[in-house]
This record gives sequence, structure tokens and C-alpha cells, in this order.
Amino acid sequence: MRIEVAGEPRDIEKGATILDLIKLEGVETPEYVTVSVNGDFIPKDELEKELSEGDSVEFLYFMGGGM
Amino acid sequence: MAFTNDQLERYSRQIILKEIGAKGQKKLLNAKVLIIGAGGLGAPAALYLAAAGVGTIGIVDDDVVDLSNLQRQVIHTTPDVGKPKAESAKETMEAINPEIKVNAIRAFVDSKNILELIAPYDFIIDGTDNFAAKFLINDACVIAGKAFSHAGIIRFKGQLMTYVPGQGPCYRCAFREPPPPGAVPTCREAGVIGAMGGIIGSLQGLEAVKFIAGAGDLLVGSLLTFDALKMEFRKVKLKARPDCQVCSDKPTILEPFDYAPAVCELKP
Ligand SMILES: [Zn+2]
Repeated sequence: MRIEVAGEPRDIEKGATILDLIKLEGVETPEYVTVSVNGDFIPKDELEKELSEGDSVEFLYFMGGGM
Repeated sequence: MAFTNDQLERYSRQIILKEIGAKGQKKLLNAKVLIIGAGGLGAPAALYLAAAGVGTIGIVDDDVVDLSNLQRQVIHTTPDVGKPKAESAKETMEAINPEIKVNAIRAFVDSKNILELIAPYDFIIDGTDNFAAKFLINDACVIAGKAFSHAGIIRFKGQLMTYVPGQGPCYRCAFREPPPPGAVPTCREAGVIGAMGGIIGSLQGLEAVKFIAGAGDLLVGSLLTFDALKMEFRKVKLKARPDCQVCSDKPTILEPFDYAPAVCELKP
């Protein structure tokens, strides 16, 4: 099944969840990543949701520096 | 108010731009921008806003210049080490452009003073280095109905977004709550490449100028991320969250509050 991660195509297994994708992508500090699917922010307790063909996933990271 | 010959010359390269023009320059001269943090992000933002002729610029910082700041905080120079950052920034800005008014404010921004601090200004720039401050600035600006630029930098990465009241999501729509202290690197142990502040802080200054002059599209409803190792910019669309704690129709955050002060601790 083909989806998009940060604008890049990815082929993943049908039935894969957002949590699976987080592991697959080797996301840094996975507990604190913000995930959006097709523009909607996914609450932490809904990360077990299965992805669908054509979904566009973005990972947003905390960046706290500035000084 | 007519321009003086010096003003026409000083600002000629931007008055010539049709998106700015004489009208935009007048708006800049009448505008008030507050920069919170005179560091890696605040320094370039302050320099460009002063140079562009933003009439009143407030700069808040409670810290003093340290030798380790000079690698990126380009508004301070070696003889400034030990001087309050707000004062040092003011001196540089006034040297660049003596006709603007700079309010140097040596203060630690918290829930008690933030609404008063931002009240006189049209646009706020978040140049702070911790999540407690970033969420505080977001909440205060949403509550007070102020446009602001959020940004964060770390190592070789940076990101920014712009909030304009009623026009798009706030920082909390995307990031909800600060991570627990120490969970996500923020502080000096993580490191940051000097030019990252230059890039992202300049973009924040640019957003302020565009907001004031009404030029082009702002980063409202999008987060611009920059990865210097890949040399890649990406713009990620953000939607306002209907259940956002502060900017939705039914907010649960009605006044600014402080998170526990971030201690600089990073898991090994
Ligand atoms: Zn919001």
C-alpha cells in the first residue's frame, strides 16, 4: 500500500498503523512527535489507527532552542 | 509625514519594491515589534528590523552576554561580554539605525508580566530557548489577540510558523503541551549551528515586515522546517485544532500561566 511521508512516497503493508510507521521510520523521541494525517493532528491515544492507501503523513518535532 | 532625504536614501532598496513602497515604509516606521530573547533567533531578527526602519522595537532579555553566545548571537560583540543582552542589542541596533526607538527591557518573561509587555506592540517575535516560554508566548498572544512568529532551532534544524488572530492555527494546535523537561533537547548540550539562528531569525524578521507592510502570504497555517544537513526547506500545512486549549471557541486556557522552569538537563 502506498502512502506519503513528509511528501515522499512509501510502500507499507496493508493494515499498518501510525505507530507501526513511527517505528518503521525510526522517528527520534517517538513519544513526543506530533503526527498529522491528511492535515489532521492525531491525538496520542489514536496512534493505533490503521493507515489507508494514499494517506499523507507528517511528523512534527519539538524544537525548543533559540538562544 | 514626509520622508527626509536621508530616509529616502536609507530605505531606497525596499521603497522601490512594489510590495513595500512608500506606503509600506511609512507603516514600518510607525510599527512596534517586540522581540523576546536577544539570542540566536532574536539577534538577526532585531538587526534586520532595525535596519528596515521598524519605528519602535522592544527587546526583552534577562541574561548577560556570555563568550559562548558569540558563535551565533551576532548582535553582540566580544567587548559586550558581561553586559546585559537587551542593552547590548539596543546599542547595536541604534548604531545601525539611530532614527528608530529601541526599548531595552531587562526582564524575565513570565505569566505575571507578559500581557503588559506585549500590549504596546503590533507583532511579537519568539526568540526564546525553552518550551515553557514558547507556550507562554503562544497563550498570551492568542489571549491578547496579537500576531506573532514562533520559531525553534536545534543542531542543524529549525522551524517557524506565524500566528495571526482568527486566521489560522496557533502553536498549541500542533504541539499541545510542552514535553517534560529533559525529554527533548533544548539547551546548550544539544548544540546548534550558528547560521541556523541567522536563517530562522531572519525569516521571523521577514514575517514581521510582511505582516506590517501587508506584503505577500505569511506562514499562517503552515510550519516551515529547514534541515541544513540536507539543505532542504519544507512547508507543512497545519490546521487549527477545533479542541485547541487556547485558540478554539471553547478555550480552557483563559489566562497565561507558567510551566515549571526548564532545567537544562539532557538524557545521556
Ligand atoms: Zn490553537
